[in-house]
Amino acid sequence: MTGEAQIVACIDGPLLVRGDVELLSSTGEPVERNRRTVALCRCGVSMIKPFCDGSHKLVGFRSDPSEAGDS
Amino acid sequence: MTSTDLSSSPAAEAVSDESAYQAPPFGSRGPVSEQLLAALRRPTEDAELTLSGFAERLELAIDDSDDMLRDDDLQLTLLILHGLHYGSVVDSDDEWEWHPRMVAARVAIEREFEAQLRERVPSVHFPDPTPEGVAAALFELTKPGPGPSAARFMAKKATEEQVREYVKLRSVYTLKEADAQTWSIPRLNGRAKAAMVEIQADEYGGGRPERMHSTIFARTMRALGLDDAYGTYIDEVPALTLASFNMMGMFGLNRRLRGATAGHYAVYEMTSSIPNRLLGDGFRRLGYGDEVTDYFDEHVEADAVHEQIAGRDLAGGLAEQEPELLADIAFGASAAMTVDGWAADDVLQAWLAGRSPLRVPRTQSESPEKSE
Repeated sequence: MTGEAQIVACIDGPLLVRGDVELLSSTGEPVERNRRTVALCRCGVSMIKPFCDGSHKLVGFRSDPSEAGDS
Repeated sequence: MTSTDLSSSPAAEAVSDESAYQAPPFGSRGPVSEQLLAALRRPTEDAELTLSGFAERLELAIDDSDDMLRDDDLQLTLLILHGLHYGSVVDSDDEWEWHPRMVAARVAIEREFEAQLRERVPSVHFPDPTPEGVAAALFELTKPGPGPSAARFMAKKATEEQVREYVKLRSVYTLKEADAQTWSIPRLNGRAKAAMVEIQADEYGGGRPERMHSTIFARTMRALGLDDAYGTYIDEVPALTLASFNMMGMFGLNRRLRGATAGHYAVYEMTSSIPNRLLGDGFRRLGYGDEVTDYFDEHVEADAVHEQIAGRDLAGGLAEQEPELLADIAFGASAAMTVDGWAADDVLQAWLAGRSPLRVPRTQSESPEKSE
């Protein structure tokens, strides 16, 4: 992929990561990336973290703090 | 051949013993598919003979079809006709693909199929032709519900036999996964096209043929002791499941329906991650390993990516470029929810009642009946 890496903060959803980005665990080990574009969990509920598994939809995650709780 | 007697298929009889092409692994379901399958065993040069009376027979069948979504003969016929474009469905003369009589038959069935879909599928209104507006409307439409579902049944209760039934039904589409949507790529532009290609590149393994989703599914079938050749289980698949597959082929092959493809595909991606986790759990519960569950596990992660791209960039991008397609995007989305919802409900109700959701093939001479 040419061009700079891009992260899209999806409304009420994950962070969509495109481009050349190194994914590491907090201890520095590389996290295996199975596809060019990945979605990173930001609701905290995914069972395949750091990747998204769609669970944000089950828990009514809201990315706008002012809307949190009224799912 | 001058006879246009509609009560039998004289052409089929006349040539059946000197056929040039292999019979498919599935049988006909009525007069239209019977004559078509017989004609496809002969070269296009024999069309005058082998297709004698076919157009009339087809017109009658279409006129008589009050519920085309459950019409075995017409849905099988449409699957065979689309199969001429896909390949690997029926062994036949390659010239049939664009033979005018095949194209005419395909379009005649598709027009009535589309009309009945537009009549039956609940209309949903997407208010806003912007990427975020369309994505929000699609996520709202596909919001996971708490009720019983075939996927939950698979996770908790399905037997060895039932999980095989599920995989056989799914194989109609999944052995050709993503191909129907690929028809739409040259029919899209800009952001919507880039989004479709981004999704499809992942569907086709990102350059690794062994990671192609259809290939991973074929491995699941083999690991379950099933045949991964296309069409082996078609005889066991009810018309409604064929209709679900035919619908996306119709959307993909008609440029006019590119909005419906975008809405339909977004719904497929948005209703995939969570159910596929449940399906994988079902196979794990029965003791199966990665060879079987890889397909389902792959979709948990892949479709959590694809649903974001399909909602915002594909369907939303298309709505932004061509706002007049917004109604068709909503139609395609609602059609996917409705038709696949009915098909999944048929499966669940059969299982709950202790029946098989599979179709019992009829012998060739019997006339088709509606499976209400």
